Amino acid sequence: MKTKLLAAAAISLGIAAAAAAQEKTKVGFIYVGPVGDLGWTYEHDQGRLAVEEEFGDLVETVYQESVPEGADAERALTQMALGGADLIFTTSFGYMDPTINVAAKFPDVKFEHATGYKRAENVSTYSARFYEGRAVIGHIAGKMTKTNRIGYIASFPIPEVIRGINSAFIHARKANPDVEFSIVWVNTWFDPAKEGDAAQALVDQGVDVIMQHTDSTAPQAVAKDAGIYSFGQASDMATFAPEPRISSIIDDWAPYYIARVAAVMDGTWESTDTWDGIGPGMVEIGEMSEVIPAEVRADAQALSDSIAAGDYHPFTGPINYQDGSPWLGEGETADDGVLLGMNFYVEGLTGDVPN
Amino acid sequence: MIRLERRPQASRLWAAATPLVAVALTMVAGSALFGFLGKDPFISIRTIFWDPLFGEFAWYYRGQLLVKAGPLILIAIGLSLGFRAGIWNIGAEGQYIVGAICGAGVGLAFYPAGFWFIFPLMIVAGAIGGFAWAMIPAVLKVWFNTNEILVSLLLVYVAEQLLASVSLGLLRNPDGAGFPGSRNLRQYEAASNAEIIAGTGIHWGVVTALLAVIFAYVLLSRHMLGYQIRLAGASPRAARFAGVRPNLLIVFCLGAGGALAGLAGLFEVSGPSGQISIDFNSGYGFTAIIVAFLGRLHPIGILLAGLLLALTFIGGEAAQANLGLPASAIQAFQGMLLFFLLAVDVLASYRIRLGSPEAA
Repeated sequence: MKTKLLAAAAISLGIAAAAAAQEKTKVGFIYVGPVGDLGWTYEHDQGRLAVEEEFGDLVETVYQESVPEGADAERALTQMALGGADLIFTTSFGYMDPTINVAAKFPDVKFEHATGYKRAENVSTYSARFYEGRAVIGHIAGKMTKTNRIGYIASFPIPEVIRGINSAFIHARKANPDVEFSIVWVNTWFDPAKEGDAAQALVDQGVDVIMQHTDSTAPQAVAKDAGIYSFGQASDMATFAPEPRISSIIDDWAPYYIARVAAVMDGTWESTDTWDGIGPGMVEIGEMSEVIPAEVRADAQALSDSIAAGDYHPFTGPINYQDGSPWLGEGETADDGVLLGMNFYVEGLTGDVPN
Repeated sequence: MIRLERRPQASRLWAAATPLVAVALTMVAGSALFGFLGKDPFISIRTIFWDPLFGEFAWYYRGQLLVKAGPLILIAIGLSLGFRAGIWNIGAEGQYIVGAICGAGVGLAFYPAGFWFIFPLMIVAGAIGGFAWAMIPAVLKVWFNTNEILVSLLLVYVAEQLLASVSLGLLRNPDGAGFPGSRNLRQYEAASNAEIIAGTGIHWGVVTALLAVIFAYVLLSRHMLGYQIRLAGASPRAARFAGVRPNLLIVFCLGAGGALAGLAGLFEVSGPSGQISIDFNSGYGFTAIIVAFLGRLHPIGILLAGLLLALTFIGGEAAQANLGLPASAIQAFQGMLLFFLLAVDVLASYRIRLGSPEAA
């Protein structure tokens, strides 16, 4: 009886969605933060605007910001699907299960989930190889620190964040063998107060370069007051250039979003798993300010170019686990499977991955 | 000159009318706000208040209304008992989290067994978890006379850290590829708080909320303990002469509030939310304080207030998605509701007089 009812509900949902479909392709976006965060959500919204720019009257975009991950996300998604969306991008890891659940009820609507690993017939996943960008700014950080202490504001201990820490650390060490990392976990993607406090705590510990994997510009403001260096995260954060923000790691979702909307329009959309880096342009290194010495800029650019060209992989051995046991041998590169599930620190990092 | 004059007795008419006046004023001020943001005020208000109930997709939204209102009502009922007695439990959010952790923990401990008693056991564990967390401020108040407002509030932040810790450690899904968060209880039938009638949004938490409303109504109007609660709030000294034992009242009010908040957390984690994750709590414990006062600390009032606030949440989301209103405008709109309620509330115990005060 229960399954019958469910099936009936699913059919009626399908009919409703079909009836609401118009000539315009309707594209929805679910954001975890406010569009004005100047970080993660801001860049996704730039992608949305690029879609509008590209297709003009052929598309209609809708978005909902600051959607909590969990039950509320499921409702927001259902709402968009009922509202006639043809394609919905869910732009945070925590929307994974809600996306899969709602997608099962709306087989005719396409879903794209950022940074997750669950796919379905009508659910694709996409993410960017941020660790490639982190290698480049890690290199710059290693060259720029005078106290040899680099601060790192980390959000949640998920593989994506741990990967970034490892990549940044490996390349900071290569640039400067005396570098130490101080890592603060704030357990949030966007909370200016917490992020600012974390930055201040790092400053008090004597770090003179701060990297962040959270989305607000609060750490930039703290860095400015403390007279130390920082990097823009997710978006360029150029208002803080030339210092404290000496460069940045930018997510550029526009080309991907445009391509996926086009695929829905011409009926070629398929469930895929995309993980692009500097090469295809999903990750960009923001302008390196003149505060950075010219030769460091040149080295960083060369590093970025070699990653883009595929000549160099940021996780190339020899690399050991934190306890000193070998992970990658000489010249060996990490495979994507290990990187996707990365939950360990490499040798030289202090402290434990929280759990 | 306009001045306020204290009424000899609080006006019952105004006490009943203020919520309605506050809602009306919120609609007016909200329209102005939305108009200022360049949206059609009429359509905005209709999207928030009318469409979820009677619009094209009302069949979906009505159920969601119950999903959203259920935990708010359940928590607010528990809080109202304490608020009536002058015992201020501000930390329902923490009790909600701990209830969810305990309940989900019990369920996950049995994974993947399919015994019938798992879900009932989880309910008990959820209530005990919330109760125990509320006992901390209760015991500290009874023994050391600490301020329960501060202790209960600060314990919310402790509970949030606990939540992050179990999401990353103890309750982390072993099949989750290293990502934080527990297994999804909705995919574990024996521990799942599924909808009782599919598509209606009615799950066990909604049923429990309704039972709590009835229970609180009977308690307050028919039972000795309810009388003592009301008396303690109205006149602590008189209450003492009447034989009220203040310590017992503190333990009961905080404990009941904690247990109901814990239950709300358990029903949420095993139902609509599905899993323990770092961001599992979404402010129900704090919003319920607004619900309790909006409902004038009366069980029936709380029922209506919970539904009203849920409506502003759901309608607000719709207004975001369909009209492009920013999330902060919706939050400001909800803030107005409380603001106007408190402002209009003055009229219950004061009246406005024109002219200068008469010489006494």
